Amino acid sequence: MAVFVNGVIFEGVDTAAPDCWRLEAYMARGGYQALKKILDNKIPQEDVIAEVKNSGLRGRGGAGFPTGLKWSFMPRSFPGDKYVVCNTDEGEPGTFKDRDIIIYNPHALIEGMIIAGYAMGCKAGYNYIHGEIFEAYELFEEALDEARKAGLLGQNILGTDFSFDLFAHHGYGAYICGEETALLESLEGKKGQPRFKPPFPASFGLYGKPTTINNTESFASVPFIIRDGGQKFLEAGKPNNGGTKLFSISGHVNRPGNYEIPLGTPFATLLEMAGGMKDGKKLKAVIPGGSSAPVLPGEVMMELTMDYDSISKAGSMLGSGAVIVMNEDVCMVKALERLAYFYHEESCGQCTPCREGTGWLYKVIHRIANGEGRDGDLELLESVGNNMAGRTICALADAAVFPVRSFTKHFRNEFEHLIKHKKALVDHKWC
Amino acid sequence: MLEIEIDGKKLTVNQGITIMDAAHTAGTHIPHFCYHKKLSIAANCRMCLVEVEKAPKPLPACATPVTDGMKVHTASPLAKKAQAGVMEFLLINHPLDCPICDQGGECQLQDLAVGYGNSSSRYQEEKRAVVGKDMGPLVSAEEMSRCIHCTRCVRFTEEIGGYQEIGMANRSEFSEILPFLGKTVNSEISGNVIDLCPVGALTSKPFRYATRAWELSRRKSVSPHDGLGSNLIVQVKQNQVMRVLPLENEDINECWIADRDRFSYEGLNSAARLQKPMIKFDGKWHETDWQTALDYVVKGLNGVANDHGKDAIGFLASPHSTTEELYLAQKLARSFGVNNIDAALRRSDKRVAAAQQGALWLGSSIVELLAAKSVLMVGSTQRTEQPLLASRLRQSVKKGMALNVIHTSDDDLLTRVNAKLIVSPLALVNALAQVLKAAVEIKSASTMLDLSAANVGAEARAIADSLCAAESAAVVLGNVAQHHPAFAELLSLAQEIGRVTGARFGIAAEAANSVGADIAGVNPQRGPMGKAVTAGLAASEMLAAPRKAYVLLNSEIEADAYNSQQAVAAMKQAATVIALTAFKGEALLDYADVLLPIAPFSETAGSFVNMEGKLQPFNGVVRPLGETRPAWKVLRVLGNMLNLSGFDFNSAEDVRAELLAQGDIAAALNNQLSTVAANVAAGDALVRLGEVPLYQADAICRRADSLQKTAAAAAPVIALNPQDIAKLGLEAGQPAIVSQGEAEVRLQLVADAAVAAGAVRVAAAHPATQALGGLFEPIQIKRG
Repeated sequence: MAVFVNGVIFEGVDTAAPDCWRLEAYMARGGYQALKKILDNKIPQEDVIAEVKNSGLRGRGGAGFPTGLKWSFMPRSFPGDKYVVCNTDEGEPGTFKDRDIIIYNPHALIEGMIIAGYAMGCKAGYNYIHGEIFEAYELFEEALDEARKAGLLGQNILGTDFSFDLFAHHGYGAYICGEETALLESLEGKKGQPRFKPPFPASFGLYGKPTTINNTESFASVPFIIRDGGQKFLEAGKPNNGGTKLFSISGHVNRPGNYEIPLGTPFATLLEMAGGMKDGKKLKAVIPGGSSAPVLPGEVMMELTMDYDSISKAGSMLGSGAVIVMNEDVCMVKALERLAYFYHEESCGQCTPCREGTGWLYKVIHRIANGEGRDGDLELLESVGNNMAGRTICALADAAVFPVRSFTKHFRNEFEHLIKHKKALVDHKWC
Repeated sequence: MLEIEIDGKKLTVNQGITIMDAAHTAGTHIPHFCYHKKLSIAANCRMCLVEVEKAPKPLPACATPVTDGMKVHTASPLAKKAQAGVMEFLLINHPLDCPICDQGGECQLQDLAVGYGNSSSRYQEEKRAVVGKDMGPLVSAEEMSRCIHCTRCVRFTEEIGGYQEIGMANRSEFSEILPFLGKTVNSEISGNVIDLCPVGALTSKPFRYATRAWELSRRKSVSPHDGLGSNLIVQVKQNQVMRVLPLENEDINECWIADRDRFSYEGLNSAARLQKPMIKFDGKWHETDWQTALDYVVKGLNGVANDHGKDAIGFLASPHSTTEELYLAQKLARSFGVNNIDAALRRSDKRVAAAQQGALWLGSSIVELLAAKSVLMVGSTQRTEQPLLASRLRQSVKKGMALNVIHTSDDDLLTRVNAKLIVSPLALVNALAQVLKAAVEIKSASTMLDLSAANVGAEARAIADSLCAAESAAVVLGNVAQHHPAFAELLSLAQEIGRVTGARFGIAAEAANSVGADIAGVNPQRGPMGKAVTAGLAASEMLAAPRKAYVLLNSEIEADAYNSQQAVAAMKQAATVIALTAFKGEALLDYADVLLPIAPFSETAGSFVNMEGKLQPFNGVVRPLGETRPAWKVLRVLGNMLNLSGFDFNSAEDVRAELLAQGDIAAALNNQLSTVAANVAAGDALVRLGEVPLYQADAICRRADSLQKTAAAAAPVIALNPQDIAKLGLEAGQPAIVSQGEAEVRLQLVADAAVAAGAVRVAAAHPATQALGGLFEPIQIKRG
């Protein structure tokens, strides 16, 4: 289910209407006006990029890197092919926002990518869509058809000399393909494995050509920024944290779903929007930015605002904005076991520390969760994690280690209890 | 130039190199597994993590470019902790079965574990077990639990082998190295993955469990197979060759060798080795002693000389023989008064010997060839003829060489080809003439050759454009060109193209010592160092007009001749066939009457001159087997027994010194023909395309069991262009009968679009096809 409030991307979208995603509905909401504005006024590329910089838009995929700055890294005048790539490989447990953007408002993404193509001098773009949301992929293809028929994609867009085409590509559900260089490998038809950087995609990307990769939500925010101005987007959030952000709330709340709210909104407000805690249970813990973000105790969370800087200061990450809410009935050892299993499954197997370490972490946590923990296991987990984090090509090893560190830090007593008494402190209730 | 510091040592290094390269120049060793200087950077093993000042975390030395002022610590506490952490991860799932592992004692994981591992493991969980894989008869992948996923093998097959045959499937610790499902690893240079594998996951199937690495002696040698002259380490134990590895030589074979170089050693230990002299009388073979056998030989030669004249004797020497053997063979023949001596056994064009003015060679060094901006390979089935040269050419193409091809089949060269002309053997000359004609036009030059029959096509023009535009270019003739009845035309045209375009031109010598044979004087018209001598008959002439006596040196003429049908008939009618051989081949037992056991390359000192004219001496690595003797000794004794003077050598080095005293090898290399041949009209008839299969090149590899189990050694077939199959009313997938002269051979008919129209591709040198005639002669085909 999806619930949207005060959005930039979802401004005026009636998600209950079955045709809300169609071109006609998007046009009625003021869609493609930003593109028209650029093409009609022949706005220079650098001005488009400057506007995106002014908006304070930060990458919505998880790392929060300023989007305008990223665009400015592209060698715009580089002769030959350049690509703009959208990362809709939304595989992070807890995250489901990009899926809803495509299902309810795909043209915002398409328009955003066309503008990005214009700004960076690209003739072609690709949207890599997660393999497990196949209906979103099919719908996106249909939206692309609409745009092509309307002259918004392809040769001489809207009668100008600007040409750009956009293609959809679906993955097969590997988490690692959400890592931008693994995504490029997969898009090229190879096994999805992250590339060693440097060189970065801006100089050596898809098929070795300069490439910019952004998250779905980042691209989908661009039409608003161009149409209404970067300043207006910035003002929707707070300084250095411009705009609104989609948060995917899941777990023990009454109304899980996507909420598009201004950055800087207090977590307490967001929780309230989501209907509060299910069955009135006590909030125990929150993972504020997708499964790889460190977990924070409930009482810490209740004091925070939902923006990059606030969450970061508290020792976690805003990440992709996937907020996983856990109540008092959750055994944190069991919860961590499930997360560790995920990373064990999803490591690409390329780098030694991650290939071997994710399995080791899982096996030890699994043992502990099953009452077979040993003295020294927590120290072992910490040490193995230290040997993994920062020692690999991509950040998956770090992503696997953050939950282990944070769970064993904030809820150490539960782990110690299980190791000592071979029995969990919290009687875990599956919901 | 950048100023950097590694472990406190100040260095000035080139921009663009990595920390690993820089450390190498400083003599600092950084532990690593996935890094290999000849492969792309993977940076996946993470063993080479080092501390770089100002970097927030340890960086992989193999993949991190140096920057000015960079300060690297390869053994600081942080670096050591990172390296030890990686080693622990590498070992947790490794079976640690060193006592039963073939790699034990030469294992990089074992070596580095001593320095970076712990004496006991913190890993108390179950270890991963990986099911073994079938990679074919050469590479064993039985114990894949040992794999540390460095992907060197994967990168090798893709980058050096030319096509990916090994990959890493699955994710996480379930990752497995495997060949494509249901496929084996068939690259002609696949054995290198055994050397590359840092652990005991990929091992040598023929060598497995034969012995321990530390029990082997390492001896230098030179490959006796193709003309590249790859350098070898031959490993021996108790007087037996156990294994062959590459000896690094950047100018020739880099750190690789072809499978033929690596696994042929099995032939050296084959049961077919001749260990005692044998004489046939009363229709039966009898083992005898050397004295009796040599008396028999002397009597035979003198008998034929007296009864039929010395011109009735022919010497046929294999170009796989050593320079010293070849030199003594021609000295013996010519001192005795026999001028009929040749080593170009598969050459059918006798005009070349008459017009050549020195030893035919590559026309440049191998390194120069590889650095050329444009190369035209003419009539070369590259991957079969010189597998490693084909691989090195692929690397050059990656660096920008334009590779052009004129050939009789469109085989996959696994690389980008700039332009190609695929024509019937009868149109090969015409195709090359088109290129010359185009080049003449481009350069506004003139030629005295009559090129009116050549109509320049688009591809020929593209080839000529490429050769003319390149600042360095080369034209190289392969085996098909060298065996071709119009070799003189092809060489003449190459010479003219060279003159007009400035390209170097030459031949990719077929055998290990093809160039050496010319240098040693085993040539019907040229003596040692290319000096003119009284002309004798070329091999093809000796067989076409049969002699009364033949002396075979290292040759199995039924497989080595251009026309095996004719060759065997010639042998059978002779009064005596004296074979100096390391093997008692079945055909030899049939047509010869005396067999003298001589040493293969591994049991004698000698030298080979490779295609670039480089003389590479080597020593015997083991004692001669049984009563085998080095051929140079046998020839010396024969010289003395025939009362010839000048046969008092104490060593192979003495023989070599006598040859080298007669001139300079470099000066004797000469591809210019004194008279050019120029019939460039294309023929139009069904003609055989007969090439020597990869593992039938010489007597040793013919007896290497493991090589004979590979896909490349599959039974010969008749391959025809599908259009020809339709035109002739034949049916692919069914047996068909090909015939040349009286003989018919029944083989499976295969449709192969790569075969040029008009060509009937039937392999040469294989027992199944030896009944047939000339390699590029008319052939008939019918339903079988």
